[in-house]
Amino acid sequence: MKKQTNPLIYIFLTLWGILVLFPFYWMVMTAFKSYSAYNAEFIPQLFVSDPTWENFTQAFTAVPLGTYFANTVIFTLITTAVMLLVTVLAAFGFSRLRFPGRDLAFTVFLALMMVPSELVVITNFVTVSSLDLRNTFLGLILPSVTSVFYIYLLRENFSQVPDELYYAAKVDGTSDLKYLWKVMLPICRPTVITVTILKVIECWNSYVWPRLITDDQAYFLVSNGIQEIRENGFGRDNIPAMMASVVVISLPLIVLFLIFRKKIMAGVARGGTKG
Amino acid sequence: MKITLKNLSKIFPPQTKKGSPVHAVDKVSLEIPDGKLLGLLGPSGCGKSTMLNLLCGLLTPTEGEILFDEDNVTALAPQHRGVGMVFQNYALYPHLTVLQNILFPLENLKGKEKLTRAQMLSRAREAAGLVQIQELLDRKPAQLSGGQQQRVAIARALVKLPRVLLLDEPLSNLDARLRLQTREEIKRIQKATGITTVFVTHDQEEAMSICDEIVVMDKGQIQQMGHPQKIYDDPANLFVAKFLGTPPIHVFSGNIADKTLYLDNAPILPVNLPDGEVTVAIRPEGFLPDETGALQCQFQGLEVMGRDTAILCTHPACAAPIRAIVESGIACDTARFSIKQGKIFFFDTNGNRLYLGD
Amino acid sequence: MEKNNYKGWLYLLPAVLFLGVFLVYPLIDVFIYSIEEGYNTASGTSFGVGLYNFHYILQDPHFLQALKNTFLLVLVTVPLSTGIALLISLGLSAVKKLRSLFQTVFFLPYVTNTLAVGLVFMLLFRQTPYSPGLFNTLLGLFGIAPVDFITGPYWAKMFTLCFYTVWVVMPFKILVLTGALASVKQDYYNAARIDGTGKLRIFTKITLPMISPSVFYLIITGFIGAFKAYSDAVAIFGTDLNAAGMNTLVGYVYDMLYGNAGGYPSYASAAAVVLFAIVLTITVINLLVSRKHVHYN
Repeated sequence: MKKQTNPLIYIFLTLWGILVLFPFYWMVMTAFKSYSAYNAEFIPQLFVSDPTWENFTQAFTAVPLGTYFANTVIFTLITTAVMLLVTVLAAFGFSRLRFPGRDLAFTVFLALMMVPSELVVITNFVTVSSLDLRNTFLGLILPSVTSVFYIYLLRENFSQVPDELYYAAKVDGTSDLKYLWKVMLPICRPTVITVTILKVIECWNSYVWPRLITDDQAYFLVSNGIQEIRENGFGRDNIPAMMASVVVISLPLIVLFLIFRKKIMAGVARGGTKG
Repeated sequence: MKITLKNLSKIFPPQTKKGSPVHAVDKVSLEIPDGKLLGLLGPSGCGKSTMLNLLCGLLTPTEGEILFDEDNVTALAPQHRGVGMVFQNYALYPHLTVLQNILFPLENLKGKEKLTRAQMLSRAREAAGLVQIQELLDRKPAQLSGGQQQRVAIARALVKLPRVLLLDEPLSNLDARLRLQTREEIKRIQKATGITTVFVTHDQEEAMSICDEIVVMDKGQIQQMGHPQKIYDDPANLFVAKFLGTPPIHVFSGNIADKTLYLDNAPILPVNLPDGEVTVAIRPEGFLPDETGALQCQFQGLEVMGRDTAILCTHPACAAPIRAIVESGIACDTARFSIKQGKIFFFDTNGNRLYLGD
Repeated sequence: MEKNNYKGWLYLLPAVLFLGVFLVYPLIDVFIYSIEEGYNTASGTSFGVGLYNFHYILQDPHFLQALKNTFLLVLVTVPLSTGIALLISLGLSAVKKLRSLFQTVFFLPYVTNTLAVGLVFMLLFRQTPYSPGLFNTLLGLFGIAPVDFITGPYWAKMFTLCFYTVWVVMPFKILVLTGALASVKQDYYNAARIDGTGKLRIFTKITLPMISPSVFYLIITGFIGAFKAYSDAVAIFGTDLNAAGMNTLVGYVYDMLYGNAGGYPSYASAAAVVLFAIVLTITVINLLVSRKHVHYN
């Protein structure tokens, strides 16, 4: 039975699409306006008449955007890598190995999943401060390298790998670690990728903890950098330069998304919670 | 209700840009007599499910007509055709109880057809009684066995008193024992209601055992239609011969010379056919152990199957191993056979039946 | 074959260590903090134990403002975003052409930095002496007088915050609901069509019950997420949310801890405990309601 799709549906979807895209359009377009041109507009103009790269130069010279950027990349890479190591090991322990107290420990872990980060951030702030780790990468990274939820996600997936594979590997004299590395991880790659993607997005956008733990611009991440630029930025209300910074900050994740679109969306559908 | 299909075709657009259109149903004309249980039989992809969807109106044909008695229903929406359908996975609404599931079609009725609550309940109970699930009315589908779900699905299809009942592979999700039971059940319900019923299946045994008529389909076209035994005994072409029967028919490539059939250069039978290459098909029960038989095979072994015994052997003209079904007790370590009349069929190289001239 | 030994704990060790220090210990500690009166960060001492911290925050106008803001935000954005997401997902599942493009576009806000895009929203909504801003210009087309949506009246600021929040949370909801709708088997719809079921009835009697676990999941996570709103507000109104009158509960916790008004971990802890209690209560209520209305397979 052929059905003609109601054009109203397309109109509705297009409207929402515009609503989603418009801020991005505005951000990019404003980033190419010159300072004087932007400020001369009483009625905001929807198009750039005289595009300029000057704002991008400004973003990297007048404020330490490059530093923010580099910090965030370092923070994201290290945090994600350590987090993967910690969670994969724990998930493997829970799913494959038998040892006294395992099931009790897993129940406790599950219960910990309910704990909101807001509740523990206070003490962590005090702990990290008293360890003199404020304004250090270590202080930024340490509290973010474990996630009960990701351990849970990985463990569920690891548990689906048939036991026979493990026994077969044991018969062949494979060590547990080698089995994890050579068999488990390749089989469960999609979940590992999911977890990695979610963590990278989380790291790139993290704001609260870095804000608490850093007040030295040399350690700011992009979120804090943006807030800093907004409040003390370019010495004046230089909107186009701010927008250029915003574009630069937003670009990496969007490019990543456009490349790994399917993986990211599938991953978020399985393990995302934002919203 | 008599169902008539006239020159019915369904062509699906190509799946990929380079693909060609798919003729799922190709110029099918067919008459299904009133009150009969008709089996639509064919391998997967033969177009039988498309046929069913055309009958119920979920698909509209590319060309051709569908008549229910004298009504042309070709352009009618599914709900106006008066068809009940049982889906392969039953499609029972998991969040509704059995009773709510059966009531569902009745609650859709509008206008003149609208029923009072009491009427609906009595109709639903009646349908439930017909399939014998009265005690299950308050359960959810997930709490039922496969066979019970099947019955609920049939009750839901019957409750609106359809003119035609359509069953899409109704037994494929049941285990072997239940399948036997349920097919008797379907037969019984069909007899009790007298509703013209079309039953899609890829299982020839299922179709042959309960259907009044079967239609064998392949590549969107009807290969043969008729009474199951008649089709088995007199297949119209090689496809039908191969498709019906377990164990399957054995196919040999042979030659006709001087009114004699040769298999692997050995004369087998006198036949009244013109000279040339032929395809010969012999039913497993058509091999008669015979010390002096013309068909000499290589003996491989015996397989005792209770009532029957199978002689396993090979023959150079037959690509697959031969499994000759003989009565138990016959001492048979020989692999020489004569061939039973009526169990051997001849086809030309295109698979069309060659009838022996008299 | 599998030895029952303690080697397994070795694999858990890093996780246990990190969780112990940064999750379990702080979890206990926050409750202790919250009842320690007059805690001094420098000396690490307190006057005694009691409920004064709770008493204090419950009288703090900043806290009450944050409470009001948060509740308003939750009540507006959760139903609104879930409803719109449902409409959009229904729309998406009804179209074939361009569906993948729409899906990609709709997902974009998920992968953007909340602070960065918030700045753009601030720009679009704000009114300056030099320009009414784009949103006001748009309103002007309908003859509506310009309002400062960033530093103006409370309702206007609330509108901006809700608007941005909905924009941010939508991708996840659309994604989940589109997935849920796609998983409803076509057979159910076919069966309903043969029975002549009307569109509305199909939606309320088949589609909605079938996707109810997802809808409910979104409502719960939506509530929790909205109660913890913070960075969206910072993105639009700046770090000093108390001054803007737009603080949220989480914002209040952080501000008590650190920032211009900071240095009071006890008050922060008390506020965090209150927040936690609220979220827990709402979640429990949600779960109870769902028992009746959600169909699980």
